[in-house]
Amino acid sequence: MSLLLAILLLVAAGFAIHRLARLEGPVLGLAAPLAFGATLLALWEFLVVANEVPMVLLPAPSAIGARMVASAGILWIDFNQTFLKAVLAGYAIGCLGGFLLALLADRVPFLARGLLPLANLAASLPVVGIAPIMVMWFGFDWPSKAAVVVAMTFFPMLVNTLAGLAAAGRLEHDLMRSYAAGHGATLWHVRLPAALPFIFTALKVNAPLALIGAIVAEFFGSPTAGMGFRIATEASRLAMDMVWAEIALAALAGSAFYGTLALAERAATFWHPSHRP
Amino acid sequence: MRISALPLAVVAAALLVIWVLAAIALNWQVVADAQARTGHSPDWQAMLGLTLNHARPLLPGPHQLAEELWRSTVMLPVTSRRSLVHHAWITLSAALSGFALGSLAGIVLATAIVHLRTLERSLMPWIVMSQAVPVLALAPIVIVALGSLDLGDLWPKAVISAYLCFFPVTIGMARGLASPDRLSLDLMRTWSASRVQIFFALRLPVALPFLFGGLKVAMAASIVGAIVAELPTGAQAGLGARLLAGSYFGQTLQIWSALAMAALVSATLVGLLALAERLIARRMAGAA
Repeated sequence: MSLLLAILLLVAAGFAIHRLARLEGPVLGLAAPLAFGATLLALWEFLVVANEVPMVLLPAPSAIGARMVASAGILWIDFNQTFLKAVLAGYAIGCLGGFLLALLADRVPFLARGLLPLANLAASLPVVGIAPIMVMWFGFDWPSKAAVVVAMTFFPMLVNTLAGLAAAGRLEHDLMRSYAAGHGATLWHVRLPAALPFIFTALKVNAPLALIGAIVAEFFGSPTAGMGFRIATEASRLAMDMVWAEIALAALAGSAFYGTLALAERAATFWHPSHRP
Repeated sequence: MRISALPLAVVAAALLVIWVLAAIALNWQVVADAQARTGHSPDWQAMLGLTLNHARPLLPGPHQLAEELWRSTVMLPVTSRRSLVHHAWITLSAALSGFALGSLAGIVLATAIVHLRTLERSLMPWIVMSQAVPVLALAPIVIVALGSLDLGDLWPKAVISAYLCFFPVTIGMARGLASPDRLSLDLMRTWSASRVQIFFALRLPVALPFLFGGLKVAMAASIVGAIVAELPTGAQAGLGARLLAGSYFGQTLQIWSALAMAALVSATLVGLLALAERLIARRMAGAA
């Protein structure tokens, strides 16, 4: 019976989404994905309640929401510990470090040709595995988590910035040469703007990576606060609504972080062809 | 990319020197304290030897890591519980199962997205957003939920690997399948090719380089997924379990060797994919 109802609901929502998908525009274009998400949540809630799925397997969205409201204080402490301290500090240092090394390597081609294969190799390595070592070096508190985040965000930024600095065309270079512009002026007026889309790609790729790095690093030891710490301890107590509340918080934080970067990108690279209608 | 041997060798050598110096610097205090407690005060040459051969170093010397790797892979029988090959295989089998599952899902999803506009409009934003969710944080949940279904050790880990894998494959494949230009599509239409024929004769071959790009990212992600999946549940075996056990008992050499093994496995698999890509590209260039 409940299965039949669920299928009916799905079919109806499917038709609605199909109609919504034809809407265009910056606001109306959001209708279809929003309807899709709402359908998914409704289906989840419906199936869990109708089949009386045990909390350990999967709590209903309403239960997760209730837990988020009830434990707002704890969630804020964890968010502060993990995101505001570890993620932001590590992200800033890692991205800036990768960027500066890319500028240096760009000045010294010998260095770039030696670094690039190593940086590409690093992309295929499970960097997050250094977490236990960082905990050993920097202690249980947030600096060790920030160190993991630095290691994870460094290489994508290095590789992307180097690729971006090579993106400016021959013509622009020749023009700058004819103006008798030096390395610095060419870098500032031509090559850095041309590299911006690549740099933003790295910034966006790094945003979820940073969050993952900080959370996983907390599995190896942390003070009694932090999103990873809470997830690990509450999961072992089978308090799954709290675990899901932390996940939802992490998802919100990750999406907001990513969304902010996407908006900043649109503002900074408005001239790029991919943003023209 | 053209690999230039000399710059690579110089940079690698510089990193090795930094490694040795860092090992000496990091282990200096520990060794000095230990020596002071026993009443020794060795001169600096003896100190150099001691810092590079400490049993539980903060950072082991390169030769220590190589020794430990050699001991735990070649000297021990593969069946031994202390053999790193044994642990690597447990993690690798979960990662490869997840990779197969996730890549297949990614390819199917991309095919559906390219052919159904509704799906592209409604699903694509969520696929992108699914990556803003720190997926690895889901690991404890998946492990607990699937663990209660009695599926054995392998599949809960494989599911997490698969979740990490599907995204790069979906994105790469969708971009690849949509990449044929108007002209080629119009040409197919003048031949009155069906959607299926267009898919196999035009879209799929054009999408292959994009697919391989996605697969390479996915392969590295699947290893990360399998390792992290072993962390929150106190797994008994696997590279992640070695990391965790080493971290609890201060066995730093064990952590470093597990890490080196994971890096080796991951780099090898990505290298194999790159090789397969080159072979297929050559075959296709020959056929065209």
